[in-house]
Amino acid sequence: MSAEAAAGGLSHAEKFLAIPQAAAMPALDSGDNAWMLASCALVLMMTAPGLILFYGGLVRAKNVLATMMHSLILMALVSMLWMIFGYSMAFAPGNAFVGNPLTWFMLNGVTGAPNPAYSSTIPQETFMLFQMMFAIITPALISGAMAERIKFKGYVVFILLWVTIVYFPLCHMVWGQGGFFNWALGGKVPALDFAGGTVVHISSGISALICAIMLGKRHGFGHEPLMPHNVVLSLIGTGLLWVGWFGFNAGSALTAGTLATSAFAATHFSAAAGALSWAFVEWRHKGKPSVLGAASGMIAGLATITPASGFVSIPSAFLIGLAGGVVCYFAVTKLKAMFNYDDALDVFGVHGVGSAVGMLMVGWLASAAVNPAIASTFQANGVAVSLAGSARQFGNQALAVLFTAVFAGVVTVILFKVVDLLIGLRVDVEDESIGLDLTQHGERAYSE
Amino acid sequence: MKKIEAIIKPFKLQEVKDALSEIGVHGMTVTEVKGFGRQKGHTEIYRGSEYTVDFLPKVKIESVLPDNLVNQVIETIIKAAKTGKIGDGKIFVSSISEAHRIRTGERDESAV
Repeated sequence: MSAEAAAGGLSHAEKFLAIPQAAAMPALDSGDNAWMLASCALVLMMTAPGLILFYGGLVRAKNVLATMMHSLILMALVSMLWMIFGYSMAFAPGNAFVGNPLTWFMLNGVTGAPNPAYSSTIPQETFMLFQMMFAIITPALISGAMAERIKFKGYVVFILLWVTIVYFPLCHMVWGQGGFFNWALGGKVPALDFAGGTVVHISSGISALICAIMLGKRHGFGHEPLMPHNVVLSLIGTGLLWVGWFGFNAGSALTAGTLATSAFAATHFSAAAGALSWAFVEWRHKGKPSVLGAASGMIAGLATITPASGFVSIPSAFLIGLAGGVVCYFAVTKLKAMFNYDDALDVFGVHGVGSAVGMLMVGWLASAAVNPAIASTFQANGVAVSLAGSARQFGNQALAVLFTAVFAGVVTVILFKVVDLLIGLRVDVEDESIGLDLTQHGERAYSE
Repeated sequence: MKKIEAIIKPFKLQEVKDALSEIGVHGMTVTEVKGFGRQKGHTEIYRGSEYTVDFLPKVKIESVLPDNLVNQVIETIIKAAKTGKIGDGKIFVSSISEAHRIRTGERDESAV
């Protein structure tokens, strides 16, 4: 996203070079700002009610409120961190790995004036809000892997640390000015990640896998039915996620122009393809096309296209979605069974694996016809290098995926150990059997 | 007096109730229950994970009757509830020693 922001910024810069007297003050565009404010709201809607319904329906009735709370509380907590130092750590100038947390401490200096490094036509305040919604949903995704057995107190502390030590720096590395993997703002390894394949989905997916393994399986896993209590809720959540994802991906253009439309289209067709391929494979493999399967395929298609939207044509997006549906289907059925871990709501299998597929596929499907900025923005030793699909770009993408997985994975292992020792992360067996709603929050979702 | 407990398939409840009304059974208690016998359970698949659901939903009808109605009631239930497929259910008959109607204090057969 900041990549395109930068591309927009560059094209403006070029205009200003031609007309030097106009260079002093970039012009706000009310159309761009209107779309970006709508996108902010759409992305927040993905967390609630999108994700909370999607996740809430997949757990048993005794854990539905706790599962929803895991995402809901982050709308408050992460917003607070974002205000104090989060935005500054992610987007202020700093080194290649993290921004200076004091530059925009308490959002001081983040105003209606644009920050041309990221977006020259919208207030920096709008950009800050838009990015905050991503910081909220990313840790919320992780909660799905720990569902039905995590202790609330430990969860809150773990997530606060995770967002600070994993998310804000990773966000800086990929989208921040001078970030190591930033292709448009002076990075070293130019990784194409339009809307958060690495920053959002792979970071949360790999961390979710590690949390699931370290937390251990749910009591009864493998011999008691741990079935979704209300698939209808999950389907409503799926619809809201798909719609919200237009803000997530098309909003990542940071303008309301042709690039936003291109990302919007790629998002839509990939989700459609993911649903078709998951349903088809499941039908062949298990004999029936389940409704939850079709919905899971939609989410897989959306997670897969996230890094690639804004760089690929519609047929490429459809192909990426088809691949996402099939690969994620086998990740949640075969891979999970083979290694026997309890990723309760399949965060790794859908988000982590899906977005890794998307990150790699954009390495050979990225098109300069779709996004001309990738042809000449990145420079190595003063010479422009095209980032359109090639073996070299595939390598860059793979490196970004690998780095994200290792960085998020290692930090997660350490944070998990520390929080588990100091506070405890798992409820005891009795509380688990009574349910988290009653034992952690003193409430029940449904009266008897 | 006898008590009849019939465990049947839920979708047969209306037919059984109507058939019993026709032969003069004027009261019954119905409960939604779960269980399994020879029919066993079924399989549900969520995201590729298969779960065996052991307990299937059934309906239990209870009615206390004068001795002379019992055979006719059993025949009627069997006729109305039968599909011929496994899982049609069972009927249990037991003896009842007393019955009281709360409103009037009537006893035994005049109370049922």
